[in-house]
This record gives sequence, C-alpha cells and structure tokens, in this order.
Amino acid sequence: MTPLMLVLLTPLLGALALGLLRRPVVAGWFNLGVSVISLGGALWLGAAVAATGEVSGTLGSQLFGPSAGLGFRVDAFNVYLVVLTAFVGVTTSIFSRPYMRYVLEIGRIGPRRMRTYHSMYQLFMFTMLLALTTDNLGVMWVAVEGATLATVLLVSLYRTPEAVEAAWKYFILCGVGIALALFGTVLTYFAAQQVIADPAAGLTWSTLYANAGGLEPAVMRLAFVFLLVGYGTKVGLVPMHQWLPDAHSEGPTPMSAVLSGLLLNVALYAVVRLKILVDGSLAQTASPQLAGHLLMGFGLVSFLVAGLFLHRQRDIKRMFSYSSIEHMGLMTFAFGLGGPLATFGALLHMLVHSLTKSAIFITVGHATHIAGTQSIDQIRGLIRTQPAVGWSLLIGVAAIAGFPPFGVFMSEFLLLTATMKSAPWFTLALLSGLAVAFAGLFRHIHPMVYGVPPEGQQPVEANMIPVAVHLSLVLWLGLAIPGFLAGWLDRATLLITGAHLL
Amino acid sequence: MNLTLLPLLQQLLLVLAAIVLFLSFVLLAQVRLISAIHAFAWQGALVAAVTAVVAATGQVHHLYFSAALTLALKALLIPWMLHRLTRRLELERHTESLQSPALVTMGAVALVIFSYWLVLPMIHAEMTFTRNIIAISLSVVLIGLLMMVFRTQAVAQVLGFMSMENGLFLAAVSATDGMPLVVELGVAFDVLVAMVLFGVFFLQLRDSIDSLDVDRLNRLRETGGDSQ
Repeated sequence: MTPLMLVLLTPLLGALALGLLRRPVVAGWFNLGVSVISLGGALWLGAAVAATGEVSGTLGSQLFGPSAGLGFRVDAFNVYLVVLTAFVGVTTSIFSRPYMRYVLEIGRIGPRRMRTYHSMYQLFMFTMLLALTTDNLGVMWVAVEGATLATVLLVSLYRTPEAVEAAWKYFILCGVGIALALFGTVLTYFAAQQVIADPAAGLTWSTLYANAGGLEPAVMRLAFVFLLVGYGTKVGLVPMHQWLPDAHSEGPTPMSAVLSGLLLNVALYAVVRLKILVDGSLAQTASPQLAGHLLMGFGLVSFLVAGLFLHRQRDIKRMFSYSSIEHMGLMTFAFGLGGPLATFGALLHMLVHSLTKSAIFITVGHATHIAGTQSIDQIRGLIRTQPAVGWSLLIGVAAIAGFPPFGVFMSEFLLLTATMKSAPWFTLALLSGLAVAFAGLFRHIHPMVYGVPPEGQQPVEANMIPVAVHLSLVLWLGLAIPGFLAGWLDRATLLITGAHLL
Repeated sequence: MNLTLLPLLQQLLLVLAAIVLFLSFVLLAQVRLISAIHAFAWQGALVAAVTAVVAATGQVHHLYFSAALTLALKALLIPWMLHRLTRRLELERHTESLQSPALVTMGAVALVIFSYWLVLPMIHAEMTFTRNIIAISLSVVLIGLLMMVFRTQAVAQVLGFMSMENGLFLAAVSATDGMPLVVELGVAFDVLVAMVLFGVFFLQLRDSIDSLDVDRLNRLRETGGDSQ
C-alpha cells in the first residue's frame, strides 16, 4: 500500500501546495519535484507488482464498512500505464518550467493564472493516477470526470475567444459523454446486484470480473454501448472527437502533451477494463464478440477519418491532435480484434504512442515559439534556425508515422500481422489508412523543417532533453523490447484475453 | 404491465418519477431562464423525494443521507447559484427564441418511446417497476441531451446537463437502491465543481463573445488557424 499512497497522495498534496505558492519560478521547480516523487512511487509500485503479481488494498474501510471503502487494484495491465503516466508527467514538467516562464514573460498570462496552471497540472495527474489504480468502476468514473474538470480551465488559460470556445466545447461534449458513461455504470451495477450478494461490492471490478459469467447479457450489452460512447468521447473516437483538436490546439502546449499522451490512454484503459467484463458476460450468448466488433467499428472509422483530416489542417497542434485520434482509433481497433497478438500490439502501441506524441508536442511548443505562430504556413526552416528543434520534429514525425526502426513501427507491424491472421480484409484498410496518414503528415512537415526561414527568425532557449529521452526510448523499444517489459505486457495480455502470447 | 398490482410505495415512486419526466419536458421548451431554473429546482426536489421514499421502503439508511445531499445540491444550491449568475449577467428577463419548439417536443416524445423500446426486452417482464423506472430515467437523460443540442443559450445548456444528472441519479437510486456511498459522494462533488466551473465560464464567455449565445462560438473550424 505504501508505494500506492506515495503515487496518489504526492500529486494531490502537491496540487494543494501549488495552489497556495505565490512565486511562479519556485512553483515551476516545485511542480517538477512533485512529479519526480510521483515517478519514484510509481517505479516502486512497479517493482512491487513485478514481485507479487498484483497489489491491492482498501482505504477508509473503517469509515464506510468492510467492503465499501476505496478499493485499489494494481495489476500488470494498469501498472505500466501508471509508470508511463508518472514518467511523462516528469518530462513534461521539465519542459513546462521554462516554457511557461516564457509565456509569463511575454505577458500572455499573469502570475495568478500561473498558479492555476501548476495546481491543475498536478490535480490532473492525480485524477489520472486515481482512475488507473482504483478498483471501483464508480470511482473510476469520478476520476475521469475529475480529469475533465481539472483540464478545462487549462484549455481556456489564455482567455482568447478561441481558447474559451475550445474549453466550452470540451466541457460540454466531455460532460455529456461522461454522463452517458455514468448511465452505463449504473446499468452495470444493476446487473451486478442480481448476482452479487453484497451491494457495496457491486461496482468493484475484481468482484465483477470473478462473477462476469453471471451478469445478465442483455443489460451488459446496453451498458457497454453507453460506456463505449461515454468513455469513447474522451478517447476521441469519431464522431465524438469534435472537442479534441480544439482543446489540444488552444491550450498551453505542455497540456496538449499530457492530454494527447496520457488522458486518451486512460480513457481507452477504462473501455478495455469494461470490455473484459462484457466479454465474460456475453461468452455464452449468440454474439460473444459484440463488444469487440463495436470497438473495431469505432476504431477503424476514427483511424480512417482522422487520417484524411490530417491533410486539411493548417494549425500544427491541430494536425498532431488528429494524428492522436488516428492512433487511438488504431489501438481501439486492435483491442476490438482481440486475441493475444493484437492485444499485445495495442498495449505496446499505447506505450510508444504516448512517448512519441508527447515528445512531438514538446518540440512543437518550441517550434511555435520560434515562429511566433501555430499556423503551418508560417512555420518555416526550423532546421536552419535551430537544428535541435528541427531535427527532433523530423525524427518525431518519422517515428509517429511508423518508420522503422522506431517502436511505433514494431507495434503497428504486430497489429498488421494480427489483422492478417484473423481478419485479412481489414489489412487493406489499415495499410491504406497508414499511407494516407503518412502522406498527410509529411506534406506539412517537409516545408516546416526544411524550407527557407523567414527574415529575422531567431532560435529560442530550448531544453531538448525530454524529447531526446522519449525518442531514444521509442528507438530502444523498436530495436529490442527489454525482457521485463515484455513480461509485463504479456501478463497484461493474459489478463485481457485469457491467453499468453510469449 | 399491470401497474395497479404493484405495492403502493412503488406506485408512488412511479408517479414521482413520471412528474420528473414531465418537468424535463417543461425544461425543454421553457423560454424564460428564471422559470426554467425553477422547474429544474422542482425536478431536483422530486428526485430527492424519490430517494427518501426508496430509503423508507428498503430500510437503506445511507439513502437518507443521499436524499438530503440531493435536496441540498440539486434543489437549493445549484438553482441558487444559477439564479445569482443570471442576475449578475442581467439575464432575468432574457427569453430565448426557440426554433420549432413543437418539433423538438415531438422529438422528446420519440425519445421516451425509444427508451421504452430499448429497455423493455432487457429486463424480465416480472420486474414491472424496474422496467418503468429505468425507461423513465433513460428518457430524462436523453431529453437532457436533446436540450443541450437544441438550446443555444449557455445557461439553458447547463440546465440540460444538470437534468441529465438528475436522470442518472434517478436510475441509480430507484433501480439499484443507490450506488455505494463513496461513489455517490464523488459524483456529487464532481457535479458541484462542474457547476462552479460553469459559472466561471459564463463570465469568460461574456467577456470573449459578449453574449451567452453559444451559437456565436464559431471561430474554430476544421481548417481554421490562419483565418484569424
């Protein structure tokens, strides 16, 4: 329990302290310190899970009765996401410190909003870590909704009409989506009450998992539709994706990095957890694959539509947010396809996509400061002005587009292999989608990094260490997946599909 | 589906739930903001009453607590906050011109029928009460959703959002005797924080577009970015 407490309480207390801390410069360092402690806790938790296989515990059972407390369950599936979340939290706060100081200096925000920013940053980390570690579906819902609430003020941080519009859209769309997910959760609870004697345990995932076969299939089917639409809104699945490009493009860049790299993963994690239950419930019915087919449908549509939209973008952050939708679609498709190989690939893809995408957003943050705009047409000649930023962007885009030898290539290769085995016709759609997305990214990226820089374009102070670390990790994962990580992912695959891959 | 065979308390619950649904219709087509806020407050009070009745029937003690919480939050605090905000934004006399309200009301009726169609095959015929209550809650949720799509005034959209929450709560309380207490507290907390943030956004919206008509939010387009 101790490492878990460290992981959860550090960002929560950090958020409170940062809300009170008045000096922006100190707050930047403090934010980094809090993130580092959370990462330490996450690594400790990872070690504990690696040793024992699963860490679980209950908080507040004295207060609410033996089974009604706040249950936690950390197994192979969520522990690697916890470590990933804490890790990206650290690297993004390394980037965010000088970035936000620059934003403060040019007067886009005042010291008070800076305080909101830091406090909400840690609160956001807390809600995500809570959503990942909790064993209670209701608490998971509360945490995912909390993540929306924590980020909505950050999206409108700059107070431009565009930013306010983006934040309103984000708030309303995600609010509605997540309300539908709550209806699905209520239906799940209703189904659970017919089979589980203790009403307080009816939302506990572990108990539901043990009794999944008894859950009424008709209720679970309807519940899953609501849950998928609800959490799918947060994953950014087409057609509920409308908020995502706006929120990513108008918020401060460190926020785009964590939204794209982490929040979408957490929402997808929720969907997969619920899919496990629904699969268990529907196993004996005429349509055991229903949840998988729904995921495949939504995933494929998102993947293809987002790939096409990549071509039409004129704002660099919007472009990369469409790339995020595309990749989330691919992962959703893979989880829907099921089977150990596809699931393993999807888990790996979650990991490499987060690392690559947050590295890209960090680089884009520097690039927009160099050019002074987010408009693709006006960002030119990055390599000549500041080679570190230009090359990072180019390498990052090469990685996200699925070039070997990067990790994204590995996971996409696994996914394609799995698709070819179980649903060969979809390979065609996937390959053409990848090609379309590749073309969309490169037609925009080429002039931005190579072209002729405008007169008087100056390099900015940029700390490229986070980007270098992320991209080398992605490269490493592409060349050789370390044994312990492969073991982790394999255990997660076992949990989701019931079969080992390795 | 013979409703008269049900125990009296369950019949009472169904009547209360039906009035909640009726208030959703009132909310949907109410053009005056202040009256809409009052209708919403009554809806919250009725949901609290449903909770209290369920608590009394099933001897579920923690539901008394959630009834009090619902009453305080949905019937008093949130309407009061909305009331204050509308006064502060000088919207008391604001009336919204709705486009084809009759059509939207018909749409809401269709949603009710759709909810019943969806729920009927799902739950065994013996559970008349549960079937009805889930169908009614789902209708309240969907009408709230329709309201958010159809109304363009920000305060009205928030009312739609909050009445969706009412529908969810109705489902949780009457079909399942309430969710575990931790979850209920968390949901109530989220709703409260959301309301505070909505208040912040009303002010931000007014500062940026000088109105709360969200139809004017149209700066962000697919290919936008350099058009400004």
